[in-house]
Amino acid sequence: MERTVSFTLNGRPVAVKADEERMLLWVLRSDLALTGTKFGCGEGVCGACTVIVENEAVRSCVTPLSAVAGKRVLTIEGVGQKGLHAVQRAFLDHHAFQCGYCTPGMILNAYALLLKTPHPTRQQIADHMEDNLCRCGAHMRILDAVQQAAAAAKAGS
Amino acid sequence: MAQAEIATSGMTRRGLLGAAGAGLFVFFHAEAQEPARLPVRQAAPVDLNAFLKIAPDGRVTCLVGKVELGQGVMTEMAQALAEELDVAFDAVDVVLGDTGLCPYDMGTFGSMSTPLLWPAVRRAGAEAKAVLLEMASERLKVPVDRLRVQAGVVSESGAPSHAVAYGQLLEGKRIERHIENVPVKAAGFHLIGISQPRKDGPDKVTGQAKYAGDIVLPGLLHASILRPPAHGARLKSVDTSAAEKVAGVQVVKDAGMVAVLHERPDVACDALGRVKADFENPPAGPDDRTIFEHIQKTAPPPTVVKQSGDLAEGERRAAIVEKTYLNSYVAHAPIETHSATAHVEGDKATVWASSQAPFQVKNAVASALGLPPANVRIVSRYIGGGFGGKTEADQAVEAARLSKAAGKPVQVVYSRREEFFYDRFRPAATMKIRAGVDGAKIVLWDGQIFGAGDREGNPFYDIPNVRVTSAGGWMGGNPPGMNPFAVGAWRAPSVNSNTFARESHIDLLAAAAAMDPLEFRLKNLTHPRMRRVLESAAREFGWKAGRAPTKRGAGMGCGMYSNVCNATMVEVAVNRGTGAVEVKRVVMALDVGQVVNPDGMRQQAEGAVMMGMSSALSEEVAFRDGDVLTRGFDSYPIARFSWLPKIEIVLVENPGSPALGGGEPPIIAMGAALANAIFDATGARVLQMPMTPARVKAALG
Repeated sequence: MERTVSFTLNGRPVAVKADEERMLLWVLRSDLALTGTKFGCGEGVCGACTVIVENEAVRSCVTPLSAVAGKRVLTIEGVGQKGLHAVQRAFLDHHAFQCGYCTPGMILNAYALLLKTPHPTRQQIADHMEDNLCRCGAHMRILDAVQQAAAAAKAGS
Repeated sequence: MAQAEIATSGMTRRGLLGAAGAGLFVFFHAEAQEPARLPVRQAAPVDLNAFLKIAPDGRVTCLVGKVELGQGVMTEMAQALAEELDVAFDAVDVVLGDTGLCPYDMGTFGSMSTPLLWPAVRRAGAEAKAVLLEMASERLKVPVDRLRVQAGVVSESGAPSHAVAYGQLLEGKRIERHIENVPVKAAGFHLIGISQPRKDGPDKVTGQAKYAGDIVLPGLLHASILRPPAHGARLKSVDTSAAEKVAGVQVVKDAGMVAVLHERPDVACDALGRVKADFENPPAGPDDRTIFEHIQKTAPPPTVVKQSGDLAEGERRAAIVEKTYLNSYVAHAPIETHSATAHVEGDKATVWASSQAPFQVKNAVASALGLPPANVRIVSRYIGGGFGGKTEADQAVEAARLSKAAGKPVQVVYSRREEFFYDRFRPAATMKIRAGVDGAKIVLWDGQIFGAGDREGNPFYDIPNVRVTSAGGWMGGNPPGMNPFAVGAWRAPSVNSNTFARESHIDLLAAAAAMDPLEFRLKNLTHPRMRRVLESAAREFGWKAGRAPTKRGAGMGCGMYSNVCNATMVEVAVNRGTGAVEVKRVVMALDVGQVVNPDGMRQQAEGAVMMGMSSALSEEVAFRDGDVLTRGFDSYPIARFSWLPKIEIVLVENPGSPALGGGEPPIIAMGAALANAIFDATGARVLQMPMTPARVKAALG
């Protein structure tokens, strides 16, 4: 049903008039023209569309707009608005990407992990990232990057 | 669109300079890609393959028709140009894959960017610097041999304030000087051979990298296209009335294509679900089990790849081992599906397309729209993975046709289902090998390749009596119906299948000769570079000589692609109960000639380890009667974090060698190394890729 759904997007309030059953991915990419969130499968299995809702990583391709009403949503465009975030910095330092298409989802999923578990073990990182797919095979560097980001946060705290 | 015309093949140097804006243009050569139709100038071919531009502010733009698939071409081109021009790496911007701005390029495939285009960019930089030095010499009234260049500033030796910047030299002027045969630097590199930060990094970690499906234009419509239930199905009737009732929907029917357009992609997709279509299914065809027999039956007559010595003589002397190896259809499965955004306005078209060959797409779009190619501009900036699967770009033609029909910009983004359905798979293949040893020496090799293609079918071992034939392949020219859908190039085409078969068989011969697989290879191999990568890998791996199966789970394979030598050694653990294979460690030694960007090369090799494991152990396209039953990542599992082994890449130094392309070669020996490691662990020989748990279990007996 079409209605106006209000939520906080990357720290700013937004109101979207749309069918609330539509998936958040398309609202972000098309209605709001924020294309950093990627379409990969549309079935919630690849993780390219990962965004953060209230500190939890979710798959925006299977999250209806209604589910974010009144909530805080963070996309890649909202990460590091005042200079690169530690996770982004670490992805750059380790070249933890090749084609870069899965990268926003990877960064947001790692970001969500560090919100909850600031000092994860390598195994915890791998477990948390398991369902984000990368076809270029940057897995080793992604784990290295998330470890560095966690260490940087530790040093800074 | 003057810029678009610049890139049109067949223009002369004068034409190019006439059309281009201010700045310095230097022309260089990449002979292997030179279209024959280019006019001749001064007895040498005029080459518009690439050019560079130095702006009045001193920033350098490198324009090449390659695309950034993630392989790092942007970074290595910047290295080449900055090195030879003596400017800072950060002062170079690279513009890729834009047919309106970049000179013609055949396409980004075959690991050709580094061996062919990269040296050409260096030569361009060297020539540009020589021209600029001449100009500076005139400006400063100092002989060239007393000038030095640092960070794009030319100064007099010993008088650093007596200086002029490249940008100042060029300001407001167009320069047409040309100096023949300027040598590139031989040594003293400040960038080449030293790992550099990826040029595409900042765009990619901030979400600012724009892929073809990220282009937003005013009035943009998203298309969902009606697809058949199977390859070869024929549309009998279609009723779009229910879809047309959805607010904002526009239905386009154009020469057999039925598409639903809407300003929101998901609404277009839902509305397509309301289209009622009746298809006539194709006749029954092969499936993923019967395909190998089908391919052997339908393959064209074989061609001889290699014939030497006397097979009968080999047969007399040899202890024979004969096996048949199979390789299933494999998908490219990039995370970015085929995407395009097209804007057709009057007699001009611009299409942003995820394509590895934008100049080929340009011709395809022009032909589909009935426009001269000069009126079509393709932009392929960032591509979300290609692996050979985005060489063709049907979606770009579809988007262009729809944009023309709708009178608005139109975006086509394949669903995951469409991506699998329309992928041009790595072909299923059968490799029959009859070979034999006399003592420690291979004396016979009789190979028949069906479906894979002939590349690297001829073994590089020293074998006196050899015959290899090949029938059909990835490159096309197969009889209709041999493959029930399109096939094409998949990262190192032919070579994954042929290396799997050859190197598996070499281990069987080593067993027949009662020898250690490494010792056996070295005994039969004089190729010095291949010996060196084998020895380097063995050293790093800590290879322990022994007759397989040693129960250690160690295996090796070696191979060649695009003149790169690769030796891969792996360690696995096999679960005898389930047949599951865990890869614990991978050591890969590579001789890629001169290494341009060591970290970039490692990225490619590490990625190839993951993709190689994935395709060798898990990936297989399921199909029946023209329908592709593999529809998503749930039914097509690819390697993920839990698969990650310990990876060690050894870049074997080869000073003085030209730089070779490293994107494809690292993947080729993974299949055989894994098969041999499974054999070493269990004594079971798996003859078909992917080596799924079920197949490993079956081999265990």
